[in-house]
Amino acid sequence: MMDPHAELEAQIDRWRGYVQRNQAISPADVDELEDHLRGQIADRQATGLDDEEAFLVAIKRLGNLDAVSREFAREHSERLWKQLVLVPEGSDGGSAPRWRELAIVLALAVGAGAAVKAGSAWIGDDAALTRNLGLFFFPFLAAYFAWKRRFNGATTAMLLIPFAVLAVVLNVYPFSAGGSTGMLAALHAPVVLWLLAGLAYVGGRWRSDKRRMDFVRFTGELAVYYTLLALGGGVLIALTLATLRILGTDFVPVLDNWILPFAVPGALVVAAWLVEAKQHVVENIAPVLTRVFTPLTIVMLLGLLAVLAAAGGFVTIDRNLLILMDAILLLVLCLLLYSISARDPLAPASLFDTLQLVLVLAALAVDAVMLAAMLARIAEFGSSPNKIAALGLNLLLLVHLVRASWLAVGFLRGRRPFAALERWQTQYLPAYGAWAAVVIVAFPPLFGF
Amino acid sequence: MRIDKDLVAASATPLVLGILSEGDLYGYAILKRVSELSGGGMQWTDGMLYPLLHRLERLGYVSASWGTSETGRRRKHYAITPSGRDALAERQQQWTVVAEALRQVWRSTQPSPGAVEGWA
Repeated sequence: MMDPHAELEAQIDRWRGYVQRNQAISPADVDELEDHLRGQIADRQATGLDDEEAFLVAIKRLGNLDAVSREFAREHSERLWKQLVLVPEGSDGGSAPRWRELAIVLALAVGAGAAVKAGSAWIGDDAALTRNLGLFFFPFLAAYFAWKRRFNGATTAMLLIPFAVLAVVLNVYPFSAGGSTGMLAALHAPVVLWLLAGLAYVGGRWRSDKRRMDFVRFTGELAVYYTLLALGGGVLIALTLATLRILGTDFVPVLDNWILPFAVPGALVVAAWLVEAKQHVVENIAPVLTRVFTPLTIVMLLGLLAVLAAAGGFVTIDRNLLILMDAILLLVLCLLLYSISARDPLAPASLFDTLQLVLVLAALAVDAVMLAAMLARIAEFGSSPNKIAALGLNLLLLVHLVRASWLAVGFLRGRRPFAALERWQTQYLPAYGAWAAVVIVAFPPLFGF
Repeated sequence: MRIDKDLVAASATPLVLGILSEGDLYGYAILKRVSELSGGGMQWTDGMLYPLLHRLERLGYVSASWGTSETGRRRKHYAITPSGRDALAERQQQWTVVAEALRQVWRSTQPSPGAVEGWA
């Protein structure tokens, strides 16, 4: 049977949705206002108005929503700031699931720490430990998402199989001590693990560009939160260390053996949870940083280019410089990714989009110089696993940036939608994981471990 | 007759506290009572009542609790607290002074018909 007041209910629902968008008005306040609205509507109906008229009069009597929300904001100014409630009071009681999430997060954080601790006790060899480090805490991060997103069997298998293969390869290959392929594998394993974490984050729906972009946003926020946690932890540790030193107690062994092995992996799980908990309520900080650093990075890249040009011969560029330059290009990539992740795809082109194109072009120029230098080095000294790995990464970055600049030019000239540029970023991400997998799996046999 | 906005704002707190001292009420019922008491002359913007109630709650003058309405929806009821009663008593004294002063000044300046003629 059709509810005779269905249209009225729908109107009240729409009104609720509209009011809820106001930061200053909490869900409980909306309940209270709705109760008021319904009271007013009922009284109007009693005087003979129909549903629609009664609704309109009640809304009118409630007053201009902007003015009302300003009053709320004046009374509850803290709501504009303190939005992150980790264990929120549900509007209808039932706080048990919230506490359960906190308990699960803490258990997983401790578990990650215990795994790292057990692993370091179990594997004596430092190089092998470095290779395996990511394998110890990844399962706990993935387990959090598995719980949060209610994984089915297929998704779990999709995560477990590559994880198992990675674990086997990293431990079965007879890496020679001090060899470069072992070091490369250790460097590239986190990349593969991170993409697997992405797979866990999107709950197996890896084909969706939107979900991939969500993972990109998640990564940026995670980095910010992790850094903040690390800073806070660092302050605590420094204060404890200084106090105990004066008291004559040596705190360093406890710190090295117990606190750091638990705190460093544990903080990652906690940071992931914080990002999940706040994603709907607080403005993302990574895109804000992007806005600040895009112009600064352009200046830096142009300066570097000038210095490189003045230095002349490419062959003289040494290896450490190449590694540093790769790090700079990755930074540029992050800037690009985060400004794109926060942009409204429907907004028209603005000055910032032009700035971004300038940034990409400057990065391309640097990348071209780097590639030339690398090829020159390879031609002169022959190839090595390190050089091929660096060359591969540079080619990947080159393709990424060339296509991004091409699409950005198309967008600025009004020929393409911004969504094309956005889609390109998310579609290209797995290429980095694939390359990392190649470096881990194929390089050691190719270069004789 | 419509009452000036500033006057409505100034009288809002004692009025709400006074209404609550008659008994616990929820928001919409408080507004209806205001309208009843003023013969419809004091029209508030309905939405503004709630920030006011929240302010009074923060000041400790009223306490709030969630209950259910006759239709089974969540409804927030407000009750005056002892410190709210103290505040109300103080406001009453202030308003009495103001009202008395106004009454006297109006009585002394009330132009009698003869005086007006005399000026003319």
